[in-house]
Amino acid sequence: MKQLMKGNEAIAEAAVRGGCRAFFGYPITPQNEIPEYMSFRMSEVGGVFLQAESEIAAINMVYGAAGSGARAMTSSSSPGISLKQEGISYICGADLPCVIVNMVRGGPGLGGILPAQSDYFQAVKGGGHGDYHMLVYGPSTVQEAVNIMYNAFDKADKYRLPVMLLGDGMLGQIMEAVELPEMKDINSFPKKKWATDGSGIGAERRVINSLFIDPDSLEKQNYNLFSKYELLKRDETQYEEYMIEDAEYILVAYGTVARVCRSAVDILRGRGIKAGLFRPITLFPYPTDRLFKIADKEELKFFISVELSMGQMIEDLKLAVNGKKKVNFFGKVGGNVMSPEDIVDNLISKIEEN
Amino acid sequence: MEILYKKSKMLTDTPLSYCPGCTHGIVHKLIAETLEEIGAEGNVIGIAPVGCSVFAYKFFNCDMQQVAHGRAPACATGIKRCNPDKIVFAYQGDGDIASIGTAEIIHAAARGENITVVFINNAIYGMTGGQMAPTTLPGQKTTTSPYGRIVGVNGNPIRLSEMIATLDGPCFVSRVSVTDPVNVRKAKKAIKKGFENQVNKKGFSLIEVLSNCPTNWHMSPVQSLDFVKNEMTKTFPLGVFKDC
Ligand SMILES: Cc1ncc(C[n+]2csc(CCOP(=O)(O)OP(=O)(O)O)c2C)c(N)n1
Ligand code: SF4
Repeated sequence: MKQLMKGNEAIAEAAVRGGCRAFFGYPITPQNEIPEYMSFRMSEVGGVFLQAESEIAAINMVYGAAGSGARAMTSSSSPGISLKQEGISYICGADLPCVIVNMVRGGPGLGGILPAQSDYFQAVKGGGHGDYHMLVYGPSTVQEAVNIMYNAFDKADKYRLPVMLLGDGMLGQIMEAVELPEMKDINSFPKKKWATDGSGIGAERRVINSLFIDPDSLEKQNYNLFSKYELLKRDETQYEEYMIEDAEYILVAYGTVARVCRSAVDILRGRGIKAGLFRPITLFPYPTDRLFKIADKEELKFFISVELSMGQMIEDLKLAVNGKKKVNFFGKVGGNVMSPEDIVDNLISKIEEN
Repeated sequence: MEILYKKSKMLTDTPLSYCPGCTHGIVHKLIAETLEEIGAEGNVIGIAPVGCSVFAYKFFNCDMQQVAHGRAPACATGIKRCNPDKIVFAYQGDGDIASIGTAEIIHAAARGENITVVFINNAIYGMTGGQMAPTTLPGQKTTTSPYGRIVGVNGNPIRLSEMIATLDGPCFVSRVSVTDPVNVRKAKKAIKKGFENQVNKKGFSLIEVLSNCPTNWHMSPVQSLDFVKNEMTKTFPLGVFKDC
């Protein structure tokens, strides 16, 4: 049965149903409904909820909880996610699974509280110090966010790394009809032999650690991390294509912006302009191979990366296209979201320029 | 033959990485003996900080987490909340607990987290080579206070235990030293009390141990213990600041 839910609350409920039993957070707009929801929902399901003294503390509580085997998560928005970067780097270095939600708002600095996509680099390139990545999703509807969140802990546990759901103020605040999945049985999850649950002693002792002082072991650890990222590229890459088949112009967009682009494609098709939409669902791994292939299409004239930033995802798009076709850009800094007509006008002006 | 003394089984066989004469090792021994005495074997999660004791995860014979600089109380909170029946302890230096991690320790204490924190106050940043610490004494020379700590310029030392004791959350806050057998015994008693409180679910315990750093103080081990006894205790008086 479908029910009408606010994005943030639907995402929180999906996390609970996906097995989340520990939540640590700190208030920041536009994601406050997530900790507010978790504050009663965790006690209903026998989990842990704690409002931390800062985002730094919250992510380190996640480190401790995840390290001891719990399905733990945190959520925040841009300035708070910046504070979490140290902890995220340690979590990656120590191979810990967890889930992080970033309901992105405009920046830099305190920025604004309205939707933006300006944390793309931070999310997909690492964000903190060191060579690492997270599995990053950029859902564009509340239902999609729910579906992703529902399985996010399974993915995190499978690869032992953080999964980030990169949303924005719009996704968090919008109300949509969603179908919520069944509650997963927490006893069915695979046992974590590596977790410090306290029972270890002697040879059975477990250590959660990101320090590899000997260069050979550091090298080994980093190669390990990157072999996981190869698996992600092979098995977890997700995208959606809309009217790509005969497209002469392909809009590339994720999240909220992809929805606006879809309406723009409909308007353009109505006017006889062969536009299509390519929507990455995973932002890391980016659907590089697929875009590389699409770029070979003869009828395709150019791509446009459409973003609520000054141009971040466009760098991954250009790397994927590898010079085969022109890659244009249309963006707004965030806060003010473009309308379908803005995108239509921009595309028509690019056609005229070319 | 009767065995009168042996190494605690809560310590691994890995040789300690501390400098000769450093009292970090004594405190490790006291914690390990305590864990054994309270029967916590196979029921403990310890936290190693950033500092000279970063390798504590190699030395304690229990599950261990190594965590970011200053964040041990937050990590301990995450562990303990998810594992309320396990013994959780954090081991932290003065830079870790009273500088970069001030917020984390104060809030863990204020919440009354049911954990035990052992705080090694050696008035210096040992690991990084002897820079000024939040607990460096007025007048004390370090590599970043080469003229001696001038309080008007470098600020005053922080008495963390006294600060923590003002909060309602903690149940036990004590400052001890390990300069001689009598004080080692007192330190052991305080550490044991801190762990027993946790077993009895009484809440947060902080045991501050005045410690030495012969290497970065440029003293012999004996001189450094005299310095703890005669100089450090003037700024950091030993005692129990909270016990309930
Ligand atoms: C974020 C961060 N800043 C700085 C450091 C460098 N660092 C390593 S150990 C240390 C000082 C530790 O001093 P203390 O806590 O007093 O412990 P001690 O080494 O004296 O036992 C510092 C600043 C670090 N590892 N991480
Ligand atoms: S540097 Fe100082 S605190 Fe560190 S091990 Fe050596 S003596 Fe001990």
